[in-house]
Amino acid sequence: MSLPEPARRDTRLDPYIDAYAERTHGLTVSAVRALFAVANRPEVVSLAGGMPNIADLPREALAAAVDKLINERGTQAMQYGSGQGEPFMRDKIVEVMAEEQIHAHADDIVVTCGSQQALDLVTRVFCDPGDVVLAEAPSYVGALGTFRAYQCEIVHVAMDEHGIEPEALRNALVTLKAAGKRVKFLYTIPNFQNPTGVTQTLERRHAIIAIAQEFGLLIIEDNPYGLLTLEAEPMPALRSMDADNVVYLGSFSKIFAPGFRVGWVLAPHAVREKLVLTQEAATLCPPVFSQYAIATYLDQFDWRAQIDVFRDMYRERRDAMLAGLNDHMLEGTTWTRPAGGFFVWVNLPEGLDSQAMLPRAVTARVAFTPGTAFYADGLGARFMRLSFCFPPPDRIYEGTRRLGEVLKQELELNRTFGLGASSPRHLDLSTGPAPDIS
Amino acid sequence: MSELRPHGPIVVLAGGLSHEREVSLRSGRRVAQALRDQGREVIESDLTPDLLVLLRGLVDPVVFPVLHGGVGEDGGLQQVLSLLDVAYVGSEPAACRRSFNKAVGGPLVAQAGIARPRMAALPHDMFRELGAAALVTALGERIGFPMIVKPARSGSALGCSKVTSAAELPSAMVGAYAYGDLAVIEEFIEGTEVAVTVVELDGEPVALPAVEIRPNSGIYDYTARYTAGETRFIVPASVSDEVAAACAELAIAAHRVLGLRDLSRVDIIVRPDGTPVFLETNVAPGMTETSLMPQAVEAAGYDFGLLCAQLVDNAWARHLS
Repeated sequence: MSLPEPARRDTRLDPYIDAYAERTHGLTVSAVRALFAVANRPEVVSLAGGMPNIADLPREALAAAVDKLINERGTQAMQYGSGQGEPFMRDKIVEVMAEEQIHAHADDIVVTCGSQQALDLVTRVFCDPGDVVLAEAPSYVGALGTFRAYQCEIVHVAMDEHGIEPEALRNALVTLKAAGKRVKFLYTIPNFQNPTGVTQTLERRHAIIAIAQEFGLLIIEDNPYGLLTLEAEPMPALRSMDADNVVYLGSFSKIFAPGFRVGWVLAPHAVREKLVLTQEAATLCPPVFSQYAIATYLDQFDWRAQIDVFRDMYRERRDAMLAGLNDHMLEGTTWTRPAGGFFVWVNLPEGLDSQAMLPRAVTARVAFTPGTAFYADGLGARFMRLSFCFPPPDRIYEGTRRLGEVLKQELELNRTFGLGASSPRHLDLSTGPAPDIS
Repeated sequence: MSELRPHGPIVVLAGGLSHEREVSLRSGRRVAQALRDQGREVIESDLTPDLLVLLRGLVDPVVFPVLHGGVGEDGGLQQVLSLLDVAYVGSEPAACRRSFNKAVGGPLVAQAGIARPRMAALPHDMFRELGAAALVTALGERIGFPMIVKPARSGSALGCSKVTSAAELPSAMVGAYAYGDLAVIEEFIEGTEVAVTVVELDGEPVALPAVEIRPNSGIYDYTARYTAGETRFIVPASVSDEVAAACAELAIAAHRVLGLRDLSRVDIIVRPDGTPVFLETNVAPGMTETSLMPQAVEAAGYDFGLLCAQLVDNAWARHLS
């Protein structure tokens, strides 16, 4: 083979590299995130993702209903729709929210492409670059990503096993106000929080609302898991306690199926107007066919009974995880005991770093999400989130066994090298799993 | 080639269970598409228990492994393919083993007179048994700071750290051992980072133009490797003709010493005085949109798909002979 004399090429392989908006800073490939690529392989027990288990849905009957929908109402269902969402869909959402003691009017609802888009719209409507958003420490990785995309400053507020600590919230507001910062809202997941699994007590809910009212602070209540209670009845939503000061985000992803991408915002009238226009600018309208399909499901199927089926299934999985943790975790490890939702939050023995440990776990065929994914400030290395939503109970139990071995090896290595008790900060901003990771 | 019995479908193997699965999948898709663009019949497959069934069901397949890390590069897969008498692109099992394990490949290359950094390869047990503090001190004295700590059997800079003081060494060691139980500690060499791809097309290894690597962050880590825009590449490298020739010579020499076949990529640091120093070699070089080998192929004026197709044809001809 004869090679011609080449001309010199000087490239960064991206002709637009100097054209991107500042908000794209940090949108890079991540070694931590790439490790999740193995999580969907059957050999690996994935406790990493947050994919709901929808195998128990009555798929044959659903197929027949969707078939009928296309045959009889296909020309409407496959057409553009309202930017606010279809009226029949919003009526149904009112019914769903009533299960959590929220009394709302369909006019105040905006249907969105999953509640993730609801979060995006709300942030877009409220936040300028540099504005402060308060969030629990830790908080949902997808929300942190949205806040970053709008160049917000994320300030974490301490929480414990009862939810946000009211004094921490008050102190943060006082400090930020004194520093001249513009705090736009508090983002909170009161029920079975992602990632901790913690539920705010009723007392805390009242305290948080009182502080928010005192400081004129808007609350964004994100409640995707609220109906997936595994022990008691659902707690009253924050929105049910203060209709004027809470923007509520809901979703069909966990009580039905995430692939339809339908969520919603319930907002005070003036906010709702802005959200509708913003939604039209973003997508014209939320997915119309999905709204027809979901409304059909809610009309023709016993969706409340289906949620009971989901609850039984998730309860069994949660119990398997708690039993596995009890049997296999090292001394010095603690974890939450969620009364619903998908997640258990594990606090590792002193000195362990969950992010540094992930490659070892992948080698051992078990995956989890490092705690660092849920902090905007690089903290969280001593924690990890375990999801019990997807694998069957025996696999979850096996996953905790493998994890126990990994912790043991890692701790031994740390001791060998005399690593101290302090946990490092990690500033890799994209360490959460992608949505299609089991 | 016309007198030969034609080969069957090309099985592009990508994925696997290694830490580099994601990169491998991206490389595999690129190779598969390039081969299809050449009119070749391609089957893409992951490394699963179904693979052997698939291969048994095909007539005269040729496997193109694009598995990074783990069994794709340590000779395990190549051993199985040899056992099954299936034609495949790339090096033989023993050569893969020598090359993939930096603790083996480095000394072999050094024995052949090729410059390489001072290095030590240590299993983690050694630190436990001899006491980490004493070993860390010894490493500092023998290798010196700054040093590079990396897993002995891994790629894509996973688990690699640059260590500038003894205090940083323990956490760097723990980081490397997260990827395997053997780590390499080597002298950091200041200089120009280049990669030279070696391909064999007419039975002789040919070095393609060196690709110079200038990561924005100063460190060619995973993010810099796989995010377009995060690294500046200069092809051919901005070194003198003499240095370029020395790099090419080093790459071919390393390819030969390690007994590699078909293709390899040699990573090199060029010292400020122009001396090239061998860092490591790769038997399954990355083929993603941001990888080094496709850039070298393009700079050589060669079509990536055509090159892949020729490597397949060579593997098939070798198999028949």
